[in-house]
Amino acid sequence: MQTPIYMDNHATTPVDPRVLEAMLPYFTKVFGNAASRNHSFGWEAEKAVDNARKQIADLIGATPKEIIFTSGATESNNLAIKGVAEMYAERGNHIITSATEHKAVLDTCKRLEKQGCRVTYLPVQRDGRIDLEMLEEAITDKTILISIMYANNEIGVIQPIAEIGKLAHARKILFHTDAVQATGKVPVNVQTDNIDLLSLSGHKIYGPKGVGALYVRRKNPRVQIAAQMDGGGHERGMRSGTLNVTGIVGLGKACELCNQEMPAESKRLAYLRDKLKEGILSQLDECYINGSMEHRLPHNINISFAYVEGESLLMGINDVAVSSGSACTSATLEPSYVLKALGVGEDLAHTSIRFGIGRFNTEEEVDYVIKRVVETVMRLRELSPLYDMAKEGIDLSKVSWAAD
Amino acid sequence: MHRYYFDHNATTPVAPEVLRAMTPCFSEVYGNASSIHYFGQQAKLRLEQARRQVAGLLGCEPAEVVFASGGTEANNLAILGTVRQAARQRRHVITTAIEHPCVLDACRQLEKEGVEVTYVRVGSDGMVSPDDIRAALRPETVLITVMYANNEIGTVQPIGEIAAIAREAGVYLHTDGVQSTGKIPVDVQELGVDLYSLSGHKLYGPKGTGALYVKKGTLLGPILFGGRHERDRRPGTENVSGLVGLGEAAELARRGLPAEMPRLAALRDRLERALEERIEFAGVNGKGSPRVPNTTNFYFDFLEGEAMVIALDLKGMAVSSGAACSSGSVEPSHVLTAIGLSDERARASIRFSLGSQNTEEQVDALVEAVEGAVAHLRKLSPTVGSRQ
Repeated sequence: MQTPIYMDNHATTPVDPRVLEAMLPYFTKVFGNAASRNHSFGWEAEKAVDNARKQIADLIGATPKEIIFTSGATESNNLAIKGVAEMYAERGNHIITSATEHKAVLDTCKRLEKQGCRVTYLPVQRDGRIDLEMLEEAITDKTILISIMYANNEIGVIQPIAEIGKLAHARKILFHTDAVQATGKVPVNVQTDNIDLLSLSGHKIYGPKGVGALYVRRKNPRVQIAAQMDGGGHERGMRSGTLNVTGIVGLGKACELCNQEMPAESKRLAYLRDKLKEGILSQLDECYINGSMEHRLPHNINISFAYVEGESLLMGINDVAVSSGSACTSATLEPSYVLKALGVGEDLAHTSIRFGIGRFNTEEEVDYVIKRVVETVMRLRELSPLYDMAKEGIDLSKVSWAAD
Repeated sequence: MHRYYFDHNATTPVAPEVLRAMTPCFSEVYGNASSIHYFGQQAKLRLEQARRQVAGLLGCEPAEVVFASGGTEANNLAILGTVRQAARQRRHVITTAIEHPCVLDACRQLEKEGVEVTYVRVGSDGMVSPDDIRAALRPETVLITVMYANNEIGTVQPIGEIAAIAREAGVYLHTDGVQSTGKIPVDVQELGVDLYSLSGHKLYGPKGTGALYVKKGTLLGPILFGGRHERDRRPGTENVSGLVGLGEAAELARRGLPAEMPRLAALRDRLERALEERIEFAGVNGKGSPRVPNTTNFYFDFLEGEAMVIALDLKGMAVSSGAACSSGSVEPSHVLTAIGLSDERARASIRFSLGSQNTEEQVDALVEAVEGAVAHLRKLSPTVGSRQ
């Protein structure tokens, strides 16, 4: 076993060697511009892109023509939300999303608010899921879009997507889901779930960085979006720019592998995750799991370790790469807004760790992580007067602290 | 059959050295550059090395390099990002008629948002006149965007002179450097531009990567939202492997340029001379103007460029009749019509763009193939006999 161990697979994943192998010829040999319509270098590149489109469509129950390639999920989310807001501006200006969305969705919505859109940020329940009744109540005759993530990047909680889709469909409102963390990990089907727009990313599913896709429904209803990047009219006018053929081939292969291996792999991941959870919880008290265990990605667990400083814990287990939350906000010292939205207190939110188990993690590594986490938390708590006081039955919230 | 590639302005193969630099970043150094742990830091180190390499090619500070997903995004970010950020009364942009579609379309998008755009004409030599730029200036002008080298005819615009005009007027100058980067020396400080776009796959780097030089102090808002990457100018997980490739490509270009420029110019001249000598009713579009050394655009009267491209492909020669983005379109090239070609002649034109792997033998084989194809196609053309 090699250290450090990477267990931060919600932030990014290594490229699967089989994906890299599929990509390699397209760098130096089949290097054409897929838009070069009149020579064989271009045709071969286009053929590869078409094949990838099909591999992606197959993973999510779409048709190849419904797949638009982008530079990643941030762009997909921007394109979906701004693209709908612009295209359907005459029909309405109200968007419903949730408080635990990724920044790419929240920041885009905030931008639209500045431009005159109205956005409802639904709170989530203690388990991290939105309340469907609240969603229904939030709908107005101006609502054009519901954007709710499929699975959360910090706590892995899966939203009631099928129910949201059904509701949106019945009310003739478009439904976008940021499925970056769910695609390839749990079965996703845009047909059965009535999803109109779906964002996915290559580097979260053992594909390359710098490539993503947006599913845009073509039938029942035919969804239109306004392009956010202009020039050349690639991707049926929805997204211009020379196609990243190598990246797209990699994304396609990554989707195909996920599709093939999901049944067995999700069981293996769930087993490892449960082992990690039990291993920690059976040896440590005062640990709290954040978010629903029932509706959760098989490879995620997010635990708050009371009476331990999050930063000290991360440094204490520095041969294990995990994180205290989203990589995009990791430079800030703010506690996770996702955990806050769940009602987790600031103290506990500061001591939370996200574990994201991946395709290349082994049981031996999980055992090692359990050992390192348990010994480090125990050591830190030995140094913590708060933990002692709590153990003695003192209610810390009632203690009045003297300034020294 | 040999397959020779003469369409390097559409895209280039990734250089072996570039691929070698990228390979470890897929499955070994795979961290998210925003993660604070070991894996993230390792990725960040490579990313910042790439930023220094790009800065080295452009002659700017690493902090002035914003990474993007390609030339299209870099151009969109430069144009939309400055104009939307500008004060309300600054609502005028100057560009030219021969820009790449991504610049023209970004300008059209701004027009929809109430911005006025002046499209400056170019001469039959394919050159923008600095005087025309000066004449187009208004008090409310916020941005001038003029490409450095044209993608179809290769003419190199007098950016330095335009920069002086822009500076005097207090207007930002952006230049689309997608086709000049790696083909001629570029020093953004010397040029005096505020924004400069480049693309990885046009300089033997990977597709899906690009960069925008943003001079320190330039007011530029993001066009994508979600995260604080790239100093709040471009959110999204950094494409580490791709950008490492872009960095390496930039470094190779910087080192290789002094030798490669004269080599390509000699090949290009050899091609032009042979075609001019051997084929009648043919000539170079934009000849005599300063051009990048790898590009030549030929008209072959009395035939269809598209038919010619296909005929050449059958002989194993990849060329193009214009920009790849608009290939397959029936419209004549907006660049060629802008320099005064008739629709007919514009449709009868072919772009040859040479690159690192092309040799004299390949060029000679291309000349043979072109001569054969022209003769064959003209024999089928009803218009030829009447003029001869």
